[in-house]
Amino acid sequence: MVEVQHVTKRYGSFTAVDDISFSVERGEILGFLGPNGAGKTTTMRILTGYLPATDGRARVAGFDVFEQPLEAKRRTGYLPETPPLYPEMTVHEYLRFVARINGMPAGDRDRQIASAMGRTSVADVADRFCGTLSKGYRQRVGLAQAILHNPDVLVLDEPTAGLDPKQQKQTRQLIEELAGDHTIILSTHILSEVEATCQKVAVIAGGKLLVDVESITALKARSGGGQQVYLQIDTLGADPIPALKQCGGVISVTLTEQRENIAGYRVESGRGDDVRRDLSRLVVTNGWGLLELKAQEVNLEDVFLQLTTEEAPVDAERASPTSEVDSASTERVAEDAVDG
Amino acid sequence: MANIIAIAHKELRAYFVSPIAYVLFVFFALLFGFFYISSLNFMLQISSMGPEMGGPQTVNINEYMIRPLFGNTAVILLFLLPMLTMRAYAEETRSGTMELLLTSPLSDLQIIMGKFLGAIALYGTMLALTLVHVGVLFWYGEPEWRPLLSGYLGLLLMGGSFISIGLAISSMTKNQIVAGVATFAVCLLFWIINWIGDASGTTAQAVLSYLSILEHFDDFAKGVIDTTHVTYYLSFIALGLFLTAKSLDTQRWNG
Repeated sequence: MVEVQHVTKRYGSFTAVDDISFSVERGEILGFLGPNGAGKTTTMRILTGYLPATDGRARVAGFDVFEQPLEAKRRTGYLPETPPLYPEMTVHEYLRFVARINGMPAGDRDRQIASAMGRTSVADVADRFCGTLSKGYRQRVGLAQAILHNPDVLVLDEPTAGLDPKQQKQTRQLIEELAGDHTIILSTHILSEVEATCQKVAVIAGGKLLVDVESITALKARSGGGQQVYLQIDTLGADPIPALKQCGGVISVTLTEQRENIAGYRVESGRGDDVRRDLSRLVVTNGWGLLELKAQEVNLEDVFLQLTTEEAPVDAERASPTSEVDSASTERVAEDAVDG
Repeated sequence: MANIIAIAHKELRAYFVSPIAYVLFVFFALLFGFFYISSLNFMLQISSMGPEMGGPQTVNINEYMIRPLFGNTAVILLFLLPMLTMRAYAEETRSGTMELLLTSPLSDLQIIMGKFLGAIALYGTMLALTLVHVGVLFWYGEPEWRPLLSGYLGLLLMGGSFISIGLAISSMTKNQIVAGVATFAVCLLFWIINWIGDASGTTAQAVLSYLSILEHFDDFAKGVIDTTHVTYYLSFIALGLFLTAKSLDTQRWNG
């Protein structure tokens, strides 16, 4: 349904998107994951025909976005990062305008508008001016605009950004509902969102695709496969790290937080080694207070951080002037990701 | 065509929902009214003089009132029209709605023509306000209608040129003020460009005075529709629209 082949976008000497290829089948949801400034928005803009690619081809529903832009655009619904609303129009007028410029027959408009407003639950603000809407409503009106003409492909740039948790959940549900008859590409830097909604994931950083599009389970399996245990103990002033490291199967121990004598550790062990029994025994024999001990599942966040940090040195080798910015933003996103 | 109308309609709506249209109308009506009264006074003065005091044999309302009035109206337009066009593209680029237009199944030409027609429609409405004043002239006097018609055609063409160049400039920036000021400066330049011509050689003078927007308007005000002038204005409008298309294209490539 969507095919991207070796797409590159350069601005002067700066390469925003570097030789990206992927494809998405009908009915699938692809999560586009990456730090800010990774090239997600640029890729989406190329797909929607807003920007021409410097090199490579992109096809939507069988139409080349550059050769046959009108055909491709007719089959694409796009929600940019900031919902493109006209403040001086009411929601209903706005949707009617979008229906008109999408060439929707006059007889269908009212029905389609009502259906889109219903699905995105914005019917209660139909007569309010777009300029006076709250962030959540703006986002949803933007979404209504994107699905209005019932496109084959939906491109959503950070559809849940700026929404409160309840709205985020509703939006995710809506996206899942839509997936049946639409192909959806959504970008985000919130990892839990990708885990919750997408079947496939593409990780992008510094303009490059770090891994090819694959299923989330495959991506998780890719990351070493080691196990992690979180351990919180009352150390009574002692330093338990050397003792913990001695414990069989333990690969590394990292102090994650400390408040007076109470300290938390991340203990990593090899694949298949459950070190929890040994750890608890060790803590008790040493007379420390065992406060918390739990196994942590490898989640997408770790995989993501692993992937994006691994690539950083490669960037530096390329000696591109942007590599520092990239790694800086990677760190920022790491924080975001933890928050999210 | 449906798309062009959809865009034009949206543009017109934007003018009327925001205070732009009303502010323009009010000040245009005010200034036009002022010039109307002053040219009326001028004509009355002339007619009271009579031939023996150096006045004309017959006082022609078209020549002594309407022609100077059209000339003055052209000046008002020079000041007001940049404010009509400055937001057209700049605001869309700034607020991100340009992304909606450019990713909808619309061709650039449709967007450009839609915006041009929207602005022209507003301008036409603004000119239509002056029909009241002209109506009063018909009530009390007997002006000839043909020169009036050619004068209005001239105003439409000249205003169209200002609008077209204004839209082109608006598409090059996301700052409305920059667009407005630059449009005013460019229009003014084309207005006074023949002043340089007066001082320089003959060929240069001919070229520069041909470029002058005002020079071409004179005949329309007199009641003469000359294809040279019509061609000039139409090429000017086409140039503006072409520049807009190029500017949109450039923006695309440069993001």
